[in-house]
Amino acid sequence: MTVQTEPLTLDVRALGVTEVNKRLRLLPDGSAVTLAETWGAHNLGVGLTNRISITIQGNAGYYLAGLCDGPDFDVVGSVGWGVAENLMSGTVQIHGNASESAAATAHGGLVAVHGDASSRAGISLKGGTLAVAGNVGHMSAFMAQAGTILVGGDAGDSLGDSLYEAVIYVGGRIKSLGADARTEDLTDADVAKVRELCAAAGFDHIDPESVTKVASARQLYNFDALKNQRY
Amino acid sequence: MTTSEGHTPLTLRPSATFPPETIAHVQTMSRTGRYEIRGWGAKRRVPSFDDLTFVTASLSRYPLEGYRERCETKTVLGSRFASKPLELDIPITIAGMSFGSLSANAKEALGRAATNVGTSTTTGDGGMTDEERQASRLLVYQCLPSRYGFNPEHLKMADAIEIVVGQGAKPGGGGMLLGQKVSPRVAGMRTLPAGVDQRSASRHPDWTGPDDLTIKIAELREATGWEKPIYVKFGATRVTNDVKLAIAAGADVVVVDGMQGGTGATQDVFIEHTGIPTLPAVRLAAEAIRDVGKTGEVQLIVSGGIRSGADIAKALALGADAVSIGVAALIALGCNSAFYDDGDELIDVTADYHALGTAPGFCHECQTGACPVGVTTQTPELSARLDPEIGARRMTNYLKALTMELATLARACGKNDVHHLEPEDLAALTIEAAAMAKVPLAGTTWIPGQSF
Repeated sequence: MTVQTEPLTLDVRALGVTEVNKRLRLLPDGSAVTLAETWGAHNLGVGLTNRISITIQGNAGYYLAGLCDGPDFDVVGSVGWGVAENLMSGTVQIHGNASESAAATAHGGLVAVHGDASSRAGISLKGGTLAVAGNVGHMSAFMAQAGTILVGGDAGDSLGDSLYEAVIYVGGRIKSLGADARTEDLTDADVAKVRELCAAAGFDHIDPESVTKVASARQLYNFDALKNQRY
Repeated sequence: MTTSEGHTPLTLRPSATFPPETIAHVQTMSRTGRYEIRGWGAKRRVPSFDDLTFVTASLSRYPLEGYRERCETKTVLGSRFASKPLELDIPITIAGMSFGSLSANAKEALGRAATNVGTSTTTGDGGMTDEERQASRLLVYQCLPSRYGFNPEHLKMADAIEIVVGQGAKPGGGGMLLGQKVSPRVAGMRTLPAGVDQRSASRHPDWTGPDDLTIKIAELREATGWEKPIYVKFGATRVTNDVKLAIAAGADVVVVDGMQGGTGATQDVFIEHTGIPTLPAVRLAAEAIRDVGKTGEVQLIVSGGIRSGADIAKALALGADAVSIGVAALIALGCNSAFYDDGDELIDVTADYHALGTAPGFCHECQTGACPVGVTTQTPELSARLDPEIGARRMTNYLKALTMELATLARACGKNDVHHLEPEDLAALTIEAAAMAKVPLAGTTWIPGQSF
């Protein structure tokens, strides 16, 4: 199979999601494709493992780029729940807002939201990277296990509740921290990490030296009723 | 008053409110300041399949010859939307139990046995192990709230997908793998540090209600080319509504786990005081499927305390298409046995049970990771006590014996297919069972709630 050179455009409304996904799966590595007339369709580009570039012209619904391992998405619009959920590798750039549970359980790759992300952003993150230029809603990073979350704006209530080993950097204000989350001093390595994340995400409005670092206090790692653990 | 020997006679008057086990429970809580966490399912007596009996053939029904005439046990699951439904030789599947809760040897043994008899086994929280995939011809891959170890590669390697909303031992409660069972391998699969308690969330991270579930199911289908059956599993609570919502969301198969269903580690208060028994759950689920016109299109798997061919036959008669076994499978592997088989001789491990404060036949200490027979442990020296080949042989024998029991009851009811068993083949031995199973109380035509 040869790498296609002509730009390819798929009309989601005309073809339907299943046919679009089928065609995406068959594209050889290196292909570039634009999805047009998306009209908020759910489940676009899910489960892809080929190294292709997909531009979404418009808004997408739930689970855009979910369960993917390899492709790069560029969304000229906003996305619904669970964008890039369980992402293993690849990138998802969203030039709009993201609804709830952005990058939920992502194991790898980069999800960059250039607008705001709703509640539970980065929930149960397992090693991936979520960068949000604007604000994130409540319960973001809930039970996040590994990986990094960068928030350029403010974070809502209970940020990092029941956090494990993931690390959060917040450029704006934090309304409240969740159970077992705490702020920590920035190290040189943290500053370098934030600078690297900003570059990867394409953010230029965050000062890496003035973000707040949030990590787990590790006090709830093992159940112990006699310690008056607070949940 | 004294005896002739000068002793005061004992007057032991037990309390119904505070029997010895309740006294022990209160004293344990007062000593430790916490609730009990344990394995297995509900231990108290609840209305069950034992409260039903088959009214087999005589003059008014014609039986099949018990040892000669064929009685079909083939079972197809997932024929509604999936292009590759599961075709099982028997209507008995192995329930989801995690690697982490169970040893790798136990998982491998279950997989090999399932393959031997032509049925499926199921992964569990924590993901899919290579041993399990290689051992199991048909493997159901669970999508749980924690998504520990969940990834698209394994999703595509699976033969079916089970979205777990909850389970019978702890509906609405999530779960916990205590740190003592979190070995480096288990931790690595779950992307967490070794030795840390691993909480399994009670809600999925990327969907909430049934409308979201519809889209989630569609996502999994899109990601796997609409090939694989999708099951939705939940603990038996509001069964009628839950079954209807799962069907509306697009499930191929509904799995209902009654309150006797087991767990690797959950609060005792959850195990004993949540959900409804498997007996009413199966009837409610079958009726819900019928009410929405999907009988034969959406299959029903029932689990929770299934032990014998009689239990399976009764579940099928009440409307299940298949059953899942969990605790019974572990027992078949050696759980609660006083001995383990090292290949040459039986080694007595009663002392190891005593060290856990229990004894063979009573143990539910799966949460400790110190399983004396190597079934629910991650400790290498304990895991080695279960040889996967010996375990597979025992489990294969058990599954074959269950199937024989099931078929012999079906033949006696005049059925040449176990799926032809029906409620009319049953009578209830208690009023409660008659009401729950909606079959007549034995010797009467009375079904409480339906007639006077």
